[in-house]
Amino acid sequence: MMNSIKIVTILAHRNLWRNHRRTIVMVAAISIGVWAMIFMTALMRGMVNDMIRDGIRSLPGHVQVHDPDFRNDPSVNNLLALNDSEISSAFAKTKITSWASRVKVPAVISSERESRGVTLFGVNPAQEKSLNAIGNDIVEGHGLEGTDDPGVVIGRKMAEKLETRVGKRVVLMSQDPENEIADRGYRVVGLFKAQLAAHEESMVFAGKSTVQAMLRIDDQVSEVAVMGEDYRSVDDIYKKVDSMFGDQAEVLPWQELDSYLGSMLKVMDGFVLVWMIVIFLALSFGLVNTLVMAVFERVREIGLMLALGMRPSSILGQIIVESILLLAIGLLIGNVLALASVVPLRDGIDISAVAEGMEMFGASSMLYPEMEWRDVLMANVVVLTLGFLASLSPAWRASRYDPIEAITKV
Amino acid sequence: MNIVLRLAWRNLWRQSRRTWLTIGAMVFSNALLVFMISIQFGMYDLMIDNTLKAFTGHMQVQAPGYKDDHKIRQVVPDIERLADTLRQALELETVSARGAAFALASSEDRSYGLQIFGVDPVHEQLVSSIPGLVNQGDFLRDNDAAEIIIGKVLAKNLRVGLGDELTLLGSGRDGSFAAGVVNVTGIFDSGVPDMDRSIAEVPLGYFQDTFFMEGAGHEIVITTPNLAGIAPILFEAENLLPADSDLVVHDWVVLQPGLKQAIQADISSAFFMYGVLVVLVAFSVLNTQLMSVLERTHEFGIVMSLGLTPGRLGRLVILETLMMGAIGMVLGALLGGLITLWFGWQGFSYPGMDQMAANFNLPDRFYPQATLLTLTIGPAVVFLGSVLSALYPALRLYWLHPVEAMRAA
Repeated sequence: MMNSIKIVTILAHRNLWRNHRRTIVMVAAISIGVWAMIFMTALMRGMVNDMIRDGIRSLPGHVQVHDPDFRNDPSVNNLLALNDSEISSAFAKTKITSWASRVKVPAVISSERESRGVTLFGVNPAQEKSLNAIGNDIVEGHGLEGTDDPGVVIGRKMAEKLETRVGKRVVLMSQDPENEIADRGYRVVGLFKAQLAAHEESMVFAGKSTVQAMLRIDDQVSEVAVMGEDYRSVDDIYKKVDSMFGDQAEVLPWQELDSYLGSMLKVMDGFVLVWMIVIFLALSFGLVNTLVMAVFERVREIGLMLALGMRPSSILGQIIVESILLLAIGLLIGNVLALASVVPLRDGIDISAVAEGMEMFGASSMLYPEMEWRDVLMANVVVLTLGFLASLSPAWRASRYDPIEAITKV
Repeated sequence: MNIVLRLAWRNLWRQSRRTWLTIGAMVFSNALLVFMISIQFGMYDLMIDNTLKAFTGHMQVQAPGYKDDHKIRQVVPDIERLADTLRQALELETVSARGAAFALASSEDRSYGLQIFGVDPVHEQLVSSIPGLVNQGDFLRDNDAAEIIIGKVLAKNLRVGLGDELTLLGSGRDGSFAAGVVNVTGIFDSGVPDMDRSIAEVPLGYFQDTFFMEGAGHEIVITTPNLAGIAPILFEAENLLPADSDLVVHDWVVLQPGLKQAIQADISSAFFMYGVLVVLVAFSVLNTQLMSVLERTHEFGIVMSLGLTPGRLGRLVILETLMMGAIGMVLGALLGGLITLWFGWQGFSYPGMDQMAANFNLPDRFYPQATLLTLTIGPAVVFLGSVLSALYPALRLYWLHPVEAMRAA
């Protein structure tokens, strides 16, 4: 048995190189196809993963807790009556350490020259840092120092639009639960930068206690954000948080909080598979063609082997091994090519020429290719599996020749 | 039929399965390219059209710097008269003046900060699709009435309906406190949540009074009958601006840079994919033609020793490829056209597409249309690639020695 496998493999290998030009052209085609599969996927993955990570920083968190009406009506009237000590004692029983409770209300920010509509966040700076949320990349001035910090941190772009700067005063205006105007003057203590201009222009951060006092809402908050380990697997942490707060509040994972981001991940997974199959199909015509030719050229010798007593299954195996060898060489070169082209691009590709276009997708202006081993594995599995299936028909045909007819064929 | 043509045709079918497989690769790629490019170009047109028709228009007259900063001080003075002048000189009714300011809008129990636009009730309807999307109540009618139309989402957030009052608080052109009370007369539903949340329109006259604009506004929107007509009208409009002003005319590419760049980014990634397909087909053709030349070494040796030049033989190989390519092109375009037609009738959608589509003002089902360009551009490139890849087997013939070739098995 082992012996016959060895013979079949040797035969297949020698046959492959009998017509080396044809084999080289085919290997080149497979290599380019595999390279394109992996490289393109790495680029798209890089973009989408970056988008999702940034999206999760802006939400922030993998799971959030809100009042059941908050998402429909994100106002000061739909709050959670949960203070930090209650939340931390609830989380103490689990392994959850990264969380933040925040006040989130629509507001108007005014400098002496301009006014803008914004979302005002009342935050605990230490909690925000543990989430690595947007607002922590301070480029000028300094961050908030505590929940009762009287200052405000705004985006770089927002400062330009308001014609204000660190040290100047701005007025924030919102409403309290009785719909009375609630306003307060804040000193700009720091400017933050974000990947998307839209975030710099719409998010304003102030101390949680300061905002709660301004809105006259005691120690209530709008949302609790919880960060887990990996954004791909949030089920576990979602279930934990849901069991804690699910009966009094709405608990949702990020895919549902930002359905655009959630759908991006699914669209991307689908796209990767479709792209790989399309490339393979384009390759498969050449592959089948090569095998058909290889069989056709050898009709006589196949007939001879059959006549000498080689089993049809060995003929079948020979052609299939020949095809798998061809694919394996192409895959090897393709994988190496892909790695060789992704590694030099590790530091990112600058696509700021279309930055505003990428922002419409929600993506940033630097593209970092990411080769995920799952994608590489998928490319290899797709090529080998479908390649095997494609070579069945010519191999089957070869093994079914009638020895006498085959030998006498000119 | 010409003897060379007949020879090429017969050679092509000596190995019919191989020829069909190669043609199959072409047809597959061509059909895919026709379908994808039809969808893509159709989407771009729709994206541009929907985005611009909604609000931006094809071009706008603005104060310099306004497009970046949107500051209330960056005004177009005496805006209605200038709009009138443009309408008459351009012989175009689709010219409308607007003003814009930030304000805190408060209903009885909610407040939101938002951008308020002052619009010309008559001409706004000609340049923007929003007036037509008012499905509760009516669009604005009187230029000086204290009325407002808002989007569906905003109405829900503010908890107001038709006839309810909204208080507007903001700052006027000179930075002073501006306030007004307006009646909700219409609610529009554009289907794009972002627009339904952020746009509110009041009559221009009322806007100018409330925000102390002194007859000024911020943008004059101009739309043209088609995208091709933009450049000449933009040029004309620039010449019609008052000589002593520093006003500028921006076309949509400048006003909505993201739109064009999103299209560019999409085109470049799509073209990379198409390029890979074309290269793979070219390799397929190269393989086939190389095989077919190598197989015929013996017979090529004979005909060359009989006096046929390598050039003529090379042309024969190219001619065979041209024939094969032509069949692939026609069948591929046909199949691609049929697929496009089918989806043009059934509509095309992809799971998750609705979410992405909303970002670009697109519907969640898309009906691709095949045009002459989308039908031919992909197959033509595949055809070209195939013929180019046959050059190597054809040129090899120049190195063929008749005597050695005849000895080849």
